Amino acid sequence: MKPSIFLAACVVLCLSTGAASAIDVAPAGAAACSGCHPVSRAIETPFTPLVGRNPTEIVTAIQEFRSGQRPGTVMDRIAKGFTDDEIKTIAAWYAAQKD
Amino acid sequence: MTRHPVSRRDFLRRTAATAATLGFATPALAQPTAGRVVVVGGGFAGASCARALKRIDPRITVTLVEANATFTACPLSNAVIAGLRDLPAQQFDYKRFAAQRITVTLAPAVGVNADARTVILNDGVRLPYDRLVLAPGIEIRWDALPGYTEAAAERMPHAWRAGDQTMLLRKQLESMEDGGLVVMSAPANPFRCPPGPYERASLIAHFLKTRKPKSKLIVLDAKDAFSKQGLFLNAWKELYPDLIEWVPLSKGGSVTSVDPKTNTLTTEFGIHKAAVANVIAPQRAGRIAELAGVADKSGWCPIDPVTFESKLRPNIHVIGDAAIAGAMPKSAFAANSQAKVCAAALAKLLAGEKPDEPKLINTCYSLVAPDYGISVAGVYEPRGGLLADVKGAGGVSPANASPDVRTLEANFANGWFTAITGEVFG
Ligand SMILES: Cc1cc2nc3c(=O)[nH]c(=O)nc-3n(C[C@H](O)[C@H](O)[C@H](O)COP(=O)(O)OP(=O)(O)OC[C@H]3O[C@@H](n4cnc5c(N)ncnc54)[C@H](O)[C@@H]3O)c2cc1C
Ligand code: HEC
Repeated sequence: MKPSIFLAACVVLCLSTGAASAIDVAPAGAAACSGCHPVSRAIETPFTPLVGRNPTEIVTAIQEFRSGQRPGTVMDRIAKGFTDDEIKTIAAWYAAQKD
Repeated sequence: MTRHPVSRRDFLRRTAATAATLGFATPALAQPTAGRVVVVGGGFAGASCARALKRIDPRITVTLVEANATFTACPLSNAVIAGLRDLPAQQFDYKRFAAQRITVTLAPAVGVNADARTVILNDGVRLPYDRLVLAPGIEIRWDALPGYTEAAAERMPHAWRAGDQTMLLRKQLESMEDGGLVVMSAPANPFRCPPGPYERASLIAHFLKTRKPKSKLIVLDAKDAFSKQGLFLNAWKELYPDLIEWVPLSKGGSVTSVDPKTNTLTTEFGIHKAAVANVIAPQRAGRIAELAGVADKSGWCPIDPVTFESKLRPNIHVIGDAAIAGAMPKSAFAANSQAKVCAAALAKLLAGEKPDEPKLINTCYSLVAPDYGISVAGVYEPRGGLLADVKGAGGVSPANASPDVRTLEANFANGWFTAITGEVFG
């Protein structure tokens, strides 16, 4: 990392951690998805990674699992536990995450 | 790195490392104590919580206290018992935790001074905390079943904490003569892993069917109903006809005593002499919960469903099997899900903020045969002071699923283990 970038970023960091709500936590429900969908692409599983994904794709998939339009072994049962708003928030959060 | 936007989390991690090596004194980093959290128990709950805390806020000082250098996971250990998998595939260590600046202390915690806010280790060392997380899992209640002592478990294994007990049961099955009677006992609710005894019965039946086909398995149950019952009973009829006999409470299934000298289990209705006996005895939260004053008369720990803070002692949070988590079962999946919610709540509390209302998931896969998987899922939210089911969500695999779907779910059962242990220990 170049020192100039380090310092510039540090200013942003220090300001942001000093702000009123500095604690960046996952929205309700999001942390539970990684019980199956791996947090890192380095983990080899049959579940697709959600990090860094197009949020619309995730929202559409969940809505289709919920309505039964898309068949699933388990996602249909999980999707029914989330509202559209919740899923949009979760999808946006995953889209912003890095591997 | 200049080409890619850096997430705040990545950035914090790298900056903290750089600052530490260069001796930078930036305002945020000069005070690494955004708080001190001690986590007791490095299993699915505790290890997940320690790691999640550091990911959320690297400034929090996190110490993980764990009695054993090697963690042996219970999920899929029934496959080890049935000879389908080996024990090392269940084992993990804490070597990766140092990179995240989690201090791992390999020692049993023997006490908690809730007033002084310290955890006491077996060598007398006292670890101070602002918030304590207790994640000790379960212990067997040696006082609950007459005859079932720690010594008896060497003859009649419970294999409900994985490791030597798992291998003991496997070896007993391997050396049993064909035609032998295997007797299992399942406890009343609540206990660790509600579908676990029935997955075990299935895989032992698979072992007997393929290796010792003249043998039989009896399951003596202290309940009349169990998790995924319809799916298990149907699969047993299909795969293991006449091999498994399930004796519910109402038919005399409740075991009242055991005798390791004769390898017998006694119920109100009779005596069962076993070639191999597996006694899944009653359980309670790990001892440290009681010592810390967070376990109630039931032996388990009542908690607040938003923060997992004990209802009996402030600043102590309980997660995983030890907690009374309402509708959530005692599972590794639930433990991991709770751990991440608890970590988020702790970070907020330490920053003087209000924790968010959480939503949690549980899914328990069970193998009925190596290529036949079934699952139960649930979504949970705080309601009326407890974690309650989100209505309309969750449930079990369909009764009429095709063999392809059963195979797919068996795949997912294995994949889930890889995903979760990758997150917790990888
Ligand atoms: C046969 C079987 C099959 C299972 N299958 C599944 C499954 O398929 N899916 C699923 O989700 N769950 C499954 N489970 C359940 C799962 O294993 C537990 O729910 C899970 O381990 C609970 O996590 P925990 O962190 O609460 O406890 P644990 O994982 O047991 O961790 C507790 C840790 O705390 C440590 N500890 C305890 N006291 C102290 C102390 N005083 N000081 C220091 N360290 C201490 C212990 O050494 C241990 O490492 C299964 C269980 C069994 C028995
Ligand atoms: C119990 C394991 C499990 C959990 C927990 C889980 N999923 Fe899934 N997910 C699956 C499986 C398995 C599939 C494939 C479809 C199926 O069989 O149900 C899937 C498919 C998906 C898909 C479609 C495939 C893709 O990647 O586009 C999306 C999107 C998805 N899940 C999002 C989520 C979100 C968001 C959560 C958390 C709210 C979540 N999942 C929690 C197991 C899980």
